[in-house]
Amino acid sequence: MIILLIIMNLFIILFLPFIMLGIIKKTKAFWGGRKGVKLLQPWYDFVRLLKKEPVVSSTTSFVFKIAPVIALATSITAGLFVPTVSGFSIITMDFAFIIFAYILGFGKFFSIISAMDTGSSFEGMGASREACFTALIEPAFFIVMASICAVVGVFTFQSLNVFLHNTDIIGVCIIVLAVVALFIMMLTETSRVPVDDPATHLELTMIHEVMVLDNSGADLAFLSWASAIKMVLISSIISALVIPVSLPFGLSALYYFALLFAISFAIGTVESAIARFRMSHVIEFVFAMSAIALVILSLITIRIYGG
Amino acid sequence: MNWLISGNKKRINIADIPVLNIEDLRFEIINLNKRVIGFFGKKEFDKTRLFVVMADDSEGKLYISSSIFEADKKSYESITKEVPAFHVFEREFYEEFGIEPVGHPWLKPMRDHKKEYEFFEMKGDEVHQVAVGPIHAGVIEPGHFRFMCHGEKIYDLEIQLGWQHRGVEDLFLSVPTNQLAESVCGDSVIAYNLAYSNAMESLGECEITNKAQLIRLIALEMERCAIHIGDLGAIAGDIAYLMGASIFGATRTLVINTMLEISGNRFGRGLITTGGVNFAIDKELSNTIISTLNKVSADVERTIKTMLKSPTVASRLEKTGVVSEENARSLGLVGMAAKASGVNIDTRFDFPDKWYQDIENRSTKADGDVYSRTRLRYKEIKQSIYIIKKFLSKLELYADEMNIVYVPQPKPNSFVVSLTEGWRGEVVHIALTDDNGNLSRYKIKDPSFNNWFALAMAVRNNGISDFPLCNKSFNLSYCGNDL
Repeated sequence: MIILLIIMNLFIILFLPFIMLGIIKKTKAFWGGRKGVKLLQPWYDFVRLLKKEPVVSSTTSFVFKIAPVIALATSITAGLFVPTVSGFSIITMDFAFIIFAYILGFGKFFSIISAMDTGSSFEGMGASREACFTALIEPAFFIVMASICAVVGVFTFQSLNVFLHNTDIIGVCIIVLAVVALFIMMLTETSRVPVDDPATHLELTMIHEVMVLDNSGADLAFLSWASAIKMVLISSIISALVIPVSLPFGLSALYYFALLFAISFAIGTVESAIARFRMSHVIEFVFAMSAIALVILSLITIRIYGG
Repeated sequence: MNWLISGNKKRINIADIPVLNIEDLRFEIINLNKRVIGFFGKKEFDKTRLFVVMADDSEGKLYISSSIFEADKKSYESITKEVPAFHVFEREFYEEFGIEPVGHPWLKPMRDHKKEYEFFEMKGDEVHQVAVGPIHAGVIEPGHFRFMCHGEKIYDLEIQLGWQHRGVEDLFLSVPTNQLAESVCGDSVIAYNLAYSNAMESLGECEITNKAQLIRLIALEMERCAIHIGDLGAIAGDIAYLMGASIFGATRTLVINTMLEISGNRFGRGLITTGGVNFAIDKELSNTIISTLNKVSADVERTIKTMLKSPTVASRLEKTGVVSEENARSLGLVGMAAKASGVNIDTRFDFPDKWYQDIENRSTKADGDVYSRTRLRYKEIKQSIYIIKKFLSKLELYADEMNIVYVPQPKPNSFVVSLTEGWRGEVVHIALTDDNGNLSRYKIKDPSFNNWFALAMAVRNNGISDFPLCNKSFNLSYCGNDL
């Protein structure tokens, strides 16, 4: 049984990203009045890229070559700690969110220095933007997670869920706020509108896309895959807060997939409805996550000491 | 007489153009205080003759004068020092004839890449340079942009052009055809062909039929309409506003497909020919055009209103890439870019022919930012659709007229200035003929020639990630500038 669950989890982490990307594309096409590409087009693109030989610039060092593999490896490894259907995660441990964040941070460190390794002024700008947003996201993520954990006693993703779903109105508020905060984090980490525009060809405005400008073939495939996996990981954390673990397995699975598809639809709708923010406003937008994190912290404080 | 006063599309004899010595001409130019639209040389044996054409927009008059440089005279005092609008004209003149404007503040190569281009540079640990182009992402023309940045902020932008230089002006001397005129600048096919045809007809002193005139102007307004709608889509695309990008893209297709029905080409190639037009618009086609334009008008109206009201869009467009009215005047901006900064010049209304006389030209509120340039496009689309409908109804009166009339050989030793308001601004064609009535010099000035520097001014102190948006809001031509 446990083997089956592990296989299911791996399958979700590795292949669901393509379906989520496909749904986002379909949603954007729907709102734009177009037919759009096939649902599995991101998968076909991935396979096509894998077949191509990467072209490596002669000015780069070994960092540029290993970074795509490290980025992919860290995304998958971080995925091992994340609960999916029915709260099952391959590795369950206390304070999993800390190791989750720093494994991703390790991957990000390598993609940033790999971008700088090319010596391109575009990629340098992209790297500095990415580093700036990451520096703002990280503390906010810890405040959200740690402040919830602080009142529970056991510090796993699953225990958070049990706590939040057996509590009063404040627990509901915390869930709602945490979902909003994590949604902001997801838009930033996976470079979607209004933070970044994945569809643009304008290098000067890009963040994530410009960092992979010199990558090609399988390297590019790995980097895009790694980024897409993050979308599933953060969505799964959202699901771990929203869907009660006490549900029967089948129902829980249904809710889980429905939630992930709903999140994809939401991302596509956001991308269709609003324009991208000005770069200076993006920072304010990312800061909003910290603000929400602090509200959660104060709600938790009220829950423990007040009322 | 220091100036010969003429008008748009009026043939004059070269012999009537006054010849001053350069010091006097310089003094006259500074004193006249009008807008320069032509400043170019012509080789006459070992001498170089410099022609100057200044426009008086309020009176609808052109002031023409000239000066002769003897073979040994290789410099004169720069006019740019007093009138900044001359900066790019003097650079071009220097590059083509080697006569140096002494004291010119920015005497860099215009189109010549054999000389080293020295970029303006800022020094410091925290300043970084970003070089973009000449090869860009996407399907656009080549141009090199050099940014001096501090973090995300642009301090200075320098634009190096000339990558598309094909020697178009000289080509006109050997193959003076409508096909060549159409190919100079691919997004202003009608405007260029119209300017060329008008020039040739004026040189031959021939009047084309009212029917042909109206069809040409309808095509000109259709071109304006199509490109403006496309640009609105591109501006929406740059800020990732999906709805605008897809609806404007689809609407533009309606307009250019109508052009296809008129002339067999979506951009109107082959429609205009010297002496008239190759294709007529009958009653049935006229009704199709009107019904298409009604749909276009409704789509544009609805979408632009939603778009400009959207707070995320407004926050991107407002106060981005500002060109002040003062800068616009001193740099001599023309066309849309000038209008969006509050300088209301439009050759359709300033040098009106009989068709545009009774059309009201309302000036719109302008702040010189991307928002103003976006809104101006919408206003011009509306105006163009109104004009097209009006001209179509007038066209019925002349249905029996000829499409093409015979154009005689150009008169010898003549000079003509032909102004056409393309969608981007005034397209200036100046033609000179020799003793046999063949073209001896053909000068083209695209609105981009004046306006490229405005883009460099507009992005100062803006974020570097807003550059593509500013660039798109001007949408200047590379090939029109490089020739």
